[in-house]
Amino acid sequence: MIMHFEYDIEGGDFSKAGNVSSLLKKTLKQLVGNHKIVKRVVVAMYEAEVNVVAHAYSGKVIIDIDIDKISIYLKDKGPGIEDIEQAMQDGYSTASEQVREMGFGAGMGLSNIKNNADEFLLNSEVGVGTELKIVAYLKNL
Amino acid sequence: MKIKDIVNIINGKVVCGKEQMETDIQRGFASDLMSDVLTLDTDNILLITGLANLQAIRTAEMSDITCIIFARNKKVTQEMVYLATENQMVLIECACSVFKTAGELYKAGIKPVF
Repeated sequence: MIMHFEYDIEGGDFSKAGNVSSLLKKTLKQLVGNHKIVKRVVVAMYEAEVNVVAHAYSGKVIIDIDIDKISIYLKDKGPGIEDIEQAMQDGYSTASEQVREMGFGAGMGLSNIKNNADEFLLNSEVGVGTELKIVAYLKNL
Repeated sequence: MKIKDIVNIINGKVVCGKEQMETDIQRGFASDLMSDVLTLDTDNILLITGLANLQAIRTAEMSDITCIIFARNKKVTQEMVYLATENQMVLIECACSVFKTAGELYKAGIKPVF
């Protein structure tokens, strides 16, 4: 493994939403030459970070950068997702008015994350929280 | 089209990024929904939006968008300027609607993303 990062995300604080994604982007720009891959990873990270801020009480992000892939694990404490299949459908959202005012909450986030990831794994327990794993391969380097 | 020409066409006010007026931009996209912006994989575009908050700047950062026009007379905050400057972005305020801003720029030769 080349690099390992851990960050905390605060639920509900939109002024900081994107801070982790921004740090990740700055790091990847130094390490990964292919900017299309960098963009895919940071867009997925950003949508996931906004999801934690929008829906959870708190969250943790672990990022592992390897020679051949980037793995991102997000674990949050929050209400969880009742029906993951439904949540994955474009246009389905439980976001609040505040989240919509921020330019999100249209029910596109999860599919946006999936479209930008090579591996996507989502698990959730209602009343406990949600875990998301995103992996992007660096095969085009 | 150079950013300085874009500013003239829409009669915009450059809030930050004045040193980048010679930068050339070919395509534009208009949305208040940041998730829509995040689906684009076209490079070197300008964003026209009525969403004046930090998430518009963060979205542009993640999407490699270096020029944002805030239409409908929306005002850029100091926090937005700080974040945009850190990421070498140009922020432009414009009194026109998103429709008119996009229309004028399209007429002048800015191409759509799709």
